[in-house]
Amino acid sequence: MRLRRFLLSDSPTVVATHNPDLQHHFSSMEQQQDASMLGMWVFLITEIMFFGGMFFGYMVYRFYYYAAWLEGSQHMDFWWGTINTVVLLCSSLTMVLAVRSTQLNRRKSTVVFLLVTILFGLAFLGIKAIEYHGHWTEHQFPGLNWSWPGPYSSQVALFFSFYWAMTGFHALHMVIGIGLVLFIAYHAWKGKYSALYFNPVENVGLYWHFVDIVWIYLYPLLYLIGHKKG
Amino acid sequence: MATVAVPIERENYLNKEYGVASWLFTTDHKRIALLYLLSITFFFFIGGFFALLIRLELLTPAGDLVQADTYNKLFTMHGQVMVFFFLIPAVPAVLGNFLIPLMIGAKDLAFPRINLLSWYLYIIGGLFMMYTIVNGGVDTGWTFYTPLSTQFLDTHVVAAALAIFIAGFSSILTGLNFIVTIHRMRAPGMTWSRLPLFVWANYATAIIQVLGTPVLAITLMLVALERIFRLGIFNPQMGGDPLLFQHLFWFYSHPAVYIMILPGMGVVSEIVTCFTRKRIFGYRFMAVALIAIAVLGFLVWAHHMFIAGISLYSALAFSLLSYFVAVPSAIKVFNWTATMYKGSVSFDTPMLYALGFIGLFTMGGLTGLFLAALGIDVHVTDTYFVIAHFHYIMVGGMVIAYLAGIHFWWPKISGRMYPEFWGKLAAMIIFVGFNLTFFPQFVLGYMGMPRRYWQYSPEFQVLNVLSTAGATILAVGYVLPMVYLLWSMRYGKLADANPWDAAGLEWTTSSPPTTFNFDETPVVTWEAYNYDELDAPKEVPLER
Repeated sequence: MRLRRFLLSDSPTVVATHNPDLQHHFSSMEQQQDASMLGMWVFLITEIMFFGGMFFGYMVYRFYYYAAWLEGSQHMDFWWGTINTVVLLCSSLTMVLAVRSTQLNRRKSTVVFLLVTILFGLAFLGIKAIEYHGHWTEHQFPGLNWSWPGPYSSQVALFFSFYWAMTGFHALHMVIGIGLVLFIAYHAWKGKYSALYFNPVENVGLYWHFVDIVWIYLYPLLYLIGHKKG
Repeated sequence: MATVAVPIERENYLNKEYGVASWLFTTDHKRIALLYLLSITFFFFIGGFFALLIRLELLTPAGDLVQADTYNKLFTMHGQVMVFFFLIPAVPAVLGNFLIPLMIGAKDLAFPRINLLSWYLYIIGGLFMMYTIVNGGVDTGWTFYTPLSTQFLDTHVVAAALAIFIAGFSSILTGLNFIVTIHRMRAPGMTWSRLPLFVWANYATAIIQVLGTPVLAITLMLVALERIFRLGIFNPQMGGDPLLFQHLFWFYSHPAVYIMILPGMGVVSEIVTCFTRKRIFGYRFMAVALIAIAVLGFLVWAHHMFIAGISLYSALAFSLLSYFVAVPSAIKVFNWTATMYKGSVSFDTPMLYALGFIGLFTMGGLTGLFLAALGIDVHVTDTYFVIAHFHYIMVGGMVIAYLAGIHFWWPKISGRMYPEFWGKLAAMIIFVGFNLTFFPQFVLGYMGMPRRYWQYSPEFQVLNVLSTAGATILAVGYVLPMVYLLWSMRYGKLADANPWDAAGLEWTTSSPPTTFNFDETPVVTWEAYNYDELDAPKEVPLER
């Protein structure tokens, strides 16, 4: 049990390690790492609740206006969405490899994997920007720039409200994630992390995977529900 | 000047460093707690000022002091400031921040810098709120109901929503910090079943803060997006459903009531045991009841929407679930009472407040059951009955618990004793003023006076005058502690480490504590509230 180890942490063997990254108010590296991991998981729970509000709203209107939801979904760019899904999955792979490299004290490969993760993230945002541009030019932004030639105009506008809000908040999280990875990459390059102290890398990794998972749900809900074969 | 002999004070968190920067960049949980204390006191008086204007307007049946629009802004900003900038941070961010590390034998919260960040977020949110107020305010009601807030108002809805959004993140980070701290930072031997109930209460609160606040955040963001970009998620013209907004809003805002009351219950448990010299009756039940209230609190939100057009069946379910909340709440009231039974009760200031809390919370809780009953709710909803009910919980419960806690731990916070006479006097004035303000409102509501109007029929005037008179007395009661507590910081009698002979780790360290709280990490070998052991050698002769 972690608790038991924590209770035993007053024993001189643990305290004597005296890692410079041990903050004053923790009694051992192990306690510090446990705390920061738990903090990150609790934070991710708040993120689930944050996105959960939008998913809940999506679900309600998806039941109300099924036909309009299919109509809206058919105007998503299936291929860009699919490519973006692949891009994000790859970025999660490189992220996890970066965490692994840190744990193995491989400084250079840590930095490289983090930079590749950033590149994948930027590629995702670039593709998203292309899609956004397409939707804007086709007047598919509810309220400000909306005209819909097909049926159920106002309900499809509701679908697009969710599309912009959900992917918008997701993209915002991507931007923050890229910033965090960049921060971590800089410190990794400076040699701050090692097998003894890697929880910042691991926590940013957790955040990155979370943002990835949000997309894994957004992709079928937005792009696939109206998709026809061929 | 230089010749006066100054007794050498022991180094503590207050005199370790001086200067504005040493406060603004501190990561010491005790200093951050004081930063919160100052800022929430500021907002308490802002919100109180609005309340006073509301009561002045209601002194006469005619709308003479302010116009209808101004009145709408007054009660909106009173609600928003009091709920989001005073009540929610009050006990957790001030007393919880100060005491949780002390109570569990830790040097600090798990994330001291995040703790400071949460104060800054609170301040940034507060600046947005002040911007809203100074630029003419907002009149959505504190509830931001759509489509009123999204389609029809020209006031500063976005700024107010952002203010609450940002302050919400402050609340989330405080809750996150508490959860991690309580899980990971307890001293050796401080098991879960030895935690003071104040810590349990803040833990239960933190769960709600972490699970509920993000939902409010996204809901207010969607309102803001609807106003800025004209998205239409709550817009009926596009097929959007205003009821969805209400569901999402109350999913946070009902549990938020428990954010505001649970920490107060923790405070009262500490005080009742100390001033009756007894272990709390039914420790485990008390702890479980706190968690049960937090969990059940998430399942009752739609009782705010009984007349909003939800189906009868879901209304029935929510009515029944709302009754369930009464069970753990009653456990708490009964157990406090049972703790006092045959105890050696002394009526110091904190105990007076705590007794006030128990009585007023019971009143507020029982009238809550009236409102959970569908038939009665249809009659009294949107009347002053509701206003009186939740003020009995929020003011009679939480504000009084907060004052109880401030007095109880004042010697620990400031190292000085407050003047006991003035303390008792203020407690009495607040109790009288509070009841005079809000009890007439139960009657007014039952008679059918609707809330949120600046005019009313003349037959309601007598009770309204009583209420306004009570509010004036209450205002005096609130100013008094501010005066004598400030006075005591300089002139109060020096407090020793444990002026109340109270149990709990926070009383084993000096008053005020040093920056790292304990000279060496304590090892806990006793249960919480071991008053029988504490008092045994000197006061209780071995008879049996």
